[in-house]
Amino acid sequence: MMDHLMALGWILIKILAITIPLILAVAFLTLAERRVIGAMQVRIGPNRVGPWGLFQPFADVIKLLMKEVILPAKSNRFLFVLAPMLTLIPALVAWAVIPFEEGMVLAQIDAGLLYVLALTSVGVYGVIIAGWASNSKYAFLGAMRSAAQIVSYEIAMGFALVGVLVAAGSLNLTEIVLGQQGGIWNWYFIPLFPLFIIYFISGVAETNRAPFDVAEGESEIVAGFHVEYSGAAFALFFLGEYANMILISLLAALMFMGGWLSPLEAVPGIEGTFLAAPSIVWLLLKTMFFLFLFLWFRATFPRYRYDQIMRLGWKVFIPITIVWILVVALFVVKQWLWWAP
Amino acid sequence: MSAITSYLKSLALLELLGGMRVTIGYFFKPKFTIMYPEEKTPKSNRFRGLLALRRYPNGEERCIACKLCEAVCPALAITIDSEQRDDGTRRTTRFDIDLFKCIFCGFCEESCPVDSIVGTDVHEYHMEERSESVITKPQLLALGDRLEQQLAADRQQDAPYR
Ligand code: SF4
Ligand code: SF4
Repeated sequence: MMDHLMALGWILIKILAITIPLILAVAFLTLAERRVIGAMQVRIGPNRVGPWGLFQPFADVIKLLMKEVILPAKSNRFLFVLAPMLTLIPALVAWAVIPFEEGMVLAQIDAGLLYVLALTSVGVYGVIIAGWASNSKYAFLGAMRSAAQIVSYEIAMGFALVGVLVAAGSLNLTEIVLGQQGGIWNWYFIPLFPLFIIYFISGVAETNRAPFDVAEGESEIVAGFHVEYSGAAFALFFLGEYANMILISLLAALMFMGGWLSPLEAVPGIEGTFLAAPSIVWLLLKTMFFLFLFLWFRATFPRYRYDQIMRLGWKVFIPITIVWILVVALFVVKQWLWWAP
Repeated sequence: MSAITSYLKSLALLELLGGMRVTIGYFFKPKFTIMYPEEKTPKSNRFRGLLALRRYPNGEERCIACKLCEAVCPALAITIDSEQRDDGTRRTTRFDIDLFKCIFCGFCEESCPVDSIVGTDVHEYHMEERSESVITKPQLLALGDRLEQQLAADRQQDAPYR
């Protein structure tokens, strides 16, 4: 009995050790987004609250929490309240299988990749339910757009991950990273380059970020699926979106960029020093790079037209991924280049 | 053939990378932002801010209650009442400007034959009650007295172009 309680407590501590830094990361990501986009528009961005504006996210959170949550009169109350939770919870639960370093993982399961893929798809139900429960045209349009878009890009993303699975021969995220050992040349983004690009672009589409943010499309449908949400419920959507961004970036780092492995691993002269050693710092740096890409995209690209999004997903990404999976499979079976025994 | 090359070009995401190069270039550029209120941009001597009434150097108010400004004001922001003063000159007894109506067009200043009503360079002001939006003659004169040096200098500078 005591043992069980101890184990439970230990797991709780681990969960907190993942979620609290994650939520702080989300907070500062919102600030980073505003500062980065500001800089790209030759502005400065928020810099008044605290040194360099560092307390701005907290001011925003306090503001949102103090605001009233308005339930539209003709909405479906139960679903209306459920929806933001449905977006946030999968975004957090997916972190259970993310390894931060060898052995540093909450749940070491062999179908980790499948688990992540499943949970990131559940998030879309939050969006759809939010759009439906709000009983508003804008919200409903946003939800429908988001559903169609996410379903399309899920396929491309899934195929890209199948490529990784073929290359690594495992669904376990730790083993996928360990399969990339031996210097930057062995990282999967080189042999799987098209899949890598498609994975990341689909990731941007999956998280409804610019230039694929038609679900929000503030210039056409106000705020899309969350147009009726305010206060804390709105904050939950926000939190879910940003947690998903971090998740996608981290997964890209794990699956294509060698995770916690050092890029200098095989460089002669520095073997054995901390530069060549695998560490969580490398993983975080790579994740930050991908997060910066998210912000960079948002500052650069105008929103895709809806039919263009569909065309890109179905007519470009899916064929390319299928072809490349075959190419990778051929390489693996024939044991060419990266897969030489 | 050209269809294939254009297809390949769009697959290589060249336009998108070009766009990203532009934005990253701006990322490192010095920023234009002025740190208001610590820093302020310079103002033209023709700046049309809060209105004021000026006096002659001898202390006599300039306004002769001709009501040209009241007539020209496109926003009907000015209300003037006048009477004959004991020395026989015509003077205003009431000179109200409703700042909520005023659009700071400067027509009143242009129309004034004696340079009495002028636009100052004050643009930072507030009011805490609705009724405060109407500024009265004493307030206008007081503002004019406070800024007289600046106002005179600005008009001096602008005189050759009038
Ligand atoms: S600035 Fe224009 S709107 Fe304002 S009081 Fe003068 S004439 Fe009227
Ligand atoms: S301010 Fe000038 S234009 Fe207006 S009533 Fe007085 S003298 Fe006439």
